[in-house]
Amino acid sequence: MSTLKNSLYHLRLLDDLGKHNSFIHKVHPLIKLITTVFYLAVVISFERYDVSGLLPLIFYPMFIFLLGELPITPILKRLLIVAPLIIGIGIMNPLFDNSKVLIGNIYISRGWITFLSILIKCGLTVTASILLVATTGINRIAEALRMLKVPKIFVLQLLLTYRYFSVLIEEVSIMIRAYSLRAPGQKGIHRSVWGSFTGILIIRTFDRAQRVYQSMNLRGFRGEYINGYNSKITFKDFLYLMMWCFFFTIVRIYNIPLIIDRIFTGVIN
Amino acid sequence: MGNNKLIIKKLHFTYPGEHIAIKDISFVISEGESVGIIGANGAGKSTLLMLIMGILFPNTGEVLVDNRSINKKNLSKIRQQLGMVFQNPDDQLFMTSVYEDVAFGPRNYGLDEVEVENRVEKALAMVGISHLKDRSPFKLSGGEKRSAAIASVLSMEPEVLIMDEPTSALDPKSRRKLIQLLNRFKHTKIITSHDLDMVLDTCKRTIVIKGGRIVADGNTKEILTNDELLDNCGLEVPLSLQNCPVCGTKKEI
Amino acid sequence: MHMADALISPIVGGTMLATSGGITAYSIKKVQNVIDEKKIPLMGVMGAFVFAAQMINFSIPGTGSSGHLGGGMLLAILLGPHAGFLTMASILLIQALFFGDGGLLAYGCNVFNLGFYTCFLAYPYIYKWFTRKGINSKKIFVASLISSVIGLQLGSLSVVIETLLSGKTELPFGTFFLLMQPIHLAIGIVEGLVTAAVVTFIWKYRPEILERTAKGKALASTTISKVIIALLVAVVIVGGFFSWFASSSPDGLEWSMEKTAGTSELETSSEIHEILANVQSRTAFLPDYDFKTNGENEEQDMKSEDKWPSVNSGTTTSGIVGGLLTIVLIGATGYIINLIKRRRRKIS
Repeated sequence: MSTLKNSLYHLRLLDDLGKHNSFIHKVHPLIKLITTVFYLAVVISFERYDVSGLLPLIFYPMFIFLLGELPITPILKRLLIVAPLIIGIGIMNPLFDNSKVLIGNIYISRGWITFLSILIKCGLTVTASILLVATTGINRIAEALRMLKVPKIFVLQLLLTYRYFSVLIEEVSIMIRAYSLRAPGQKGIHRSVWGSFTGILIIRTFDRAQRVYQSMNLRGFRGEYINGYNSKITFKDFLYLMMWCFFFTIVRIYNIPLIIDRIFTGVIN
Repeated sequence: MGNNKLIIKKLHFTYPGEHIAIKDISFVISEGESVGIIGANGAGKSTLLMLIMGILFPNTGEVLVDNRSINKKNLSKIRQQLGMVFQNPDDQLFMTSVYEDVAFGPRNYGLDEVEVENRVEKALAMVGISHLKDRSPFKLSGGEKRSAAIASVLSMEPEVLIMDEPTSALDPKSRRKLIQLLNRFKHTKIITSHDLDMVLDTCKRTIVIKGGRIVADGNTKEILTNDELLDNCGLEVPLSLQNCPVCGTKKEI
Repeated sequence: MHMADALISPIVGGTMLATSGGITAYSIKKVQNVIDEKKIPLMGVMGAFVFAAQMINFSIPGTGSSGHLGGGMLLAILLGPHAGFLTMASILLIQALFFGDGGLLAYGCNVFNLGFYTCFLAYPYIYKWFTRKGINSKKIFVASLISSVIGLQLGSLSVVIETLLSGKTELPFGTFFLLMQPIHLAIGIVEGLVTAAVVTFIWKYRPEILERTAKGKALASTTISKVIIALLVAVVIVGGFFSWFASSSPDGLEWSMEKTAGTSELETSSEIHEILANVQSRTAFLPDYDFKTNGENEEQDMKSEDKWPSVNSGTTTSGIVGGLLTIVLIGATGYIINLIKRRRRKIS
């Protein structure tokens, strides 16, 4: 029940955020999609022992948060929900790789370093994906997908799934509520009604799909989804992409913290 | 009254493996007329609408729009003339924003994007929800959803507006607004409903269906005050026409 | 389970994206040619259904715990393999984008692990085989259970292989395998039982839903084997291309390289050294920049190469101060941006 509510709340929040009108929101969706993918590729291309090199990449989500005028807490909360799965696998690293490494004056298990690297990557990648939709919204993402020549059927189907998610969540919660009111103290749907509970929902879903199809058909749908015109990519958009790509590339090639470090310790000496 | 817009000729329809749903239904609707179709649950109202819209095809009989019989060939053209608003707006608002939804029909008919935008703005203004253009359907109230669903049909500039239970699940204020809205439209209208007060307010003519047959067809006020007829069809006299429950005074019609 | 971006390497992610992209394109073509347009809204709404149904808790008898549905097998049974696969793909895309479940780069892996095995192996070869001579509730039960379990076992095996090839974790193959497969056996059994119950219910009350799908031409075995061969070829080519492309920079493959040769990441490191050497030679007032070694640059490169096998300690060791400074720098920039924004708002 709580996951249902949380997911719905999260989706509505992102939907709202996607309609804001900040500097970041105005950037062309395709440009933002490419920037995000490039960013993700750079993040995960870092070797597993490299922690310091990843740090400058934090700049990207921070910048989007600030200029996109997005609330930080609810988005980071999502990260906390996803993280345990990744931590579950990452935590194995310290167990399996405990060769020692000298860091400063302390010996540390190498496994902890790789674990830390996974954690940071997890934080950066999950945040980057969510920030993409929070500054773009599903419709403009669909536009970007269409510009990438993703087939219309797939895009339309994606939009429909997104659209009816909230309707079905609503339906499922009502059914679960009705069920639990008559089955107090149960920890889920009892085995005897597994089939009927879900089955009824599916039959209703099929009937709904039938009506949706009719209403599409009555408005001239013949298997072809026609989206509106695609907005043009301006020089500004292009500049946005170039600047980020430049930044990511520099960060990927040169370990900036290391350079700062060496200069810094050099100065001290 | 103008010329005959819609002619229904001796329709018969049976669902596969089930009882006969529509038996020998014939009527004519002239341009600009507004007609209420009433009847109990399962009387055949929805089936009749689906036959008119060409979602279902009759076993025998035909539907003529502007004297052209509906067939699979001219279906898409005729559907441009007939706009149907579904009972549940969630079935009709399948896109992710109000604008996209209202633009869906015009785009399918190959209009260019400037004209599409024109049509959308016009349709939204007609139902008074221009400010909701970028909203997601799940962010709308019941009444707003209904208006958006109507706009999604109006943007195709139909000549006949067909509505299935337009007031279901609306609160009193939204219902009142909808009735005013419907009365402003100059379209030919066909409205099915159990909300007989609404039918009384919006339709001059009423057709009563029972068991797939027409049992009455005539002036709304006459039909809706015919106690015996309505009772026979699983309906009752609309509240606004019933005698005062407190003092028993007769209503004036 | 979903693969996450953080656990894969660009090569694995890229290869799987290309592979799943290929299967998706193939499925779309099939759906467009074979299935009527009625299926399009059905796929969309069913996607939303699976999404919501994944959150229903089914109590597992005798354990006190509860499980839930993945839905891959159910989609294949109700919609047929191609439409089922596409539906799964769109669910996973929404999960990746909106919920951070999986990720954009791991998207290909997830579509493959959760969609391909159920729709293109378990459904046509197991489910269909059991139900080839008509259906009854017993056949539905066996077919759903076995196909769900096998579909999930293959999927989790994929997760193991993809994770290990990506080399982000230290888990040995055997351990990871022994960890994943039994867990997914349990998950698969629950999935199979729920799927069987649901399919039986629908078969009893709305048999035409199942018949419609079953009638849709069964996959001719030649086409599917062709597809699989084409896929394998594609994987090898794409994977090979990416590896070749990436081998000039030391990502991804470093895993195997390091295991075999004991050296990796030499290039980036030495690159940095070179740069730093340049920096140093230009700015002679910075005498040395490493904790341990003093001396000539070349000598240092040699030395660092010697100690490399243990770990890239040059990078990790000295990064601490710089790392902290970087974070402070980012924080400060953020603060300044915020300040400017606030001032602007005040003015306007």
